[in-house]
Amino acid sequence: MSSETILFEEHLPGGGLWSWVLRRHTTLRITDLEGGANVGFMAYNADAPLDRLNLPDTLKAQYTAKLTRGHVLMSDMGRALLSITADTCGWHDPLGGHGNAALVRAKYGERNYQQARNDWYRNAHDNFLVELGKHGLGARDLVANVNFFSRLNADDEGRLAFHAGNSKPGDTVDLRAEMNVLVVLNTCQHPLDPSPSYAPKPIKLTLLKTPPPGTDDFCRNFRGENQRSFTLTERTFA
Amino acid sequence: MSTLIYTESPLDPTDAIYDFTLPAGNGWMHELKRGQTFRIVDLEGNQAADTIFYNAADMSDRYSAQDTIREQSAIYLTTGTKLMSSEGNVLLTITADTCGRHDTLGGACATESNQVRYALDKRWMHACRDTFVLQVLRWGRGASKADITHNINFFMNVPVTPDGGLSFADGVSAGGRYVEMRAEMDVIALISNCPQLNNPCNAYNPTPVRLLIWN
Repeated sequence: MSSETILFEEHLPGGGLWSWVLRRHTTLRITDLEGGANVGFMAYNADAPLDRLNLPDTLKAQYTAKLTRGHVLMSDMGRALLSITADTCGWHDPLGGHGNAALVRAKYGERNYQQARNDWYRNAHDNFLVELGKHGLGARDLVANVNFFSRLNADDEGRLAFHAGNSKPGDTVDLRAEMNVLVVLNTCQHPLDPSPSYAPKPIKLTLLKTPPPGTDDFCRNFRGENQRSFTLTERTFA
Repeated sequence: MSTLIYTESPLDPTDAIYDFTLPAGNGWMHELKRGQTFRIVDLEGNQAADTIFYNAADMSDRYSAQDTIREQSAIYLTTGTKLMSSEGNVLLTITADTCGRHDTLGGACATESNQVRYALDKRWMHACRDTFVLQVLRWGRGASKADITHNINFFMNVPVTPDGGLSFADGVSAGGRYVEMRAEMDVIALISNCPQLNNPCNAYNPTPVRLLIWN
């Protein structure tokens, strides 16, 4: 797209944490720099955070258990929060959730800040709480999270298996904010990644100024449900 | 094809210390003590019982669908499933199940999500989230919409397909089937007996569920 302008870029190492209020119609591009990154992700209406990402509603409205281009992340008030406008990876996990301190300790052992400084072992749950806390939110505001760049396969019995090699070096996913959206994310490993070594991967975050979605927008028209979620968001700005 | 495993309970309803029938469209919020057994009976079949549990000592520590899925590396809930909290505690364990499979991906119906899923003019119809809101506000103690987290849909079947699709399949439940669980700590149970009329989750005919508690 020639109509996009880079507003700023940041690098986030593996195990890192980040939050930002995306202004309406800006786009957050997340780049998996080395391949195999995992980005745990939650989102809130920045103007009224009780209106927040609801993955069950998002998935059932779009009859999907994976996320890719065309899908819209919807709030529990039926509103389009973010649209996935571009995706070179093809499958992002909305099922597996995130790990906590006990999981990291059981899987990788203990490495605290005193010993290792910024190479300490961090966990997604605490990272989410820290970033939520910066915006006046807390444990009651935790929602089911997306894991960008990760994939789980479900068998007939509903058993889940981590799909290695889902994301390649340089893969990107673009998230366009349809309202002012608080995003809270971290780069801890996927909780069902069977690797016994603590080796979370880095990402690049790029904020882009992008055009508002027109009436012919791909995500808006992906399904009738998406059109109605756009309408409910646009009514809040009427 | 998948196999469903049925587990019966030895408990006799005449020994229960609590026995209540919850009509469709109504809510119920009740404390369960550690060690008590809680049974939900699908009296007439294919009725979704939308359920959330809370740590009774701290409601911000509440049922987590994703923690429950992660802990068992599997999507469906049945006998043996530990119902996990957001802070990593085991709230309850499912000890008997004559339905065989329960959903925790589909969430609750809400007036606003009905607008998205069906039509913008459906907002007036009764929905589980409205029941949840009224129940937590009446519960008091500072509880609010923020405490309404992603729930369990007992007796509902929402299969994930190998290519990542989500389908709302015919119910695997039938009249008289039940699910039973043991409280592993003091918990608060919140149920909305689903009033949804726009899809087949209640076979277009919402019906009562029976709630039993044993010491």
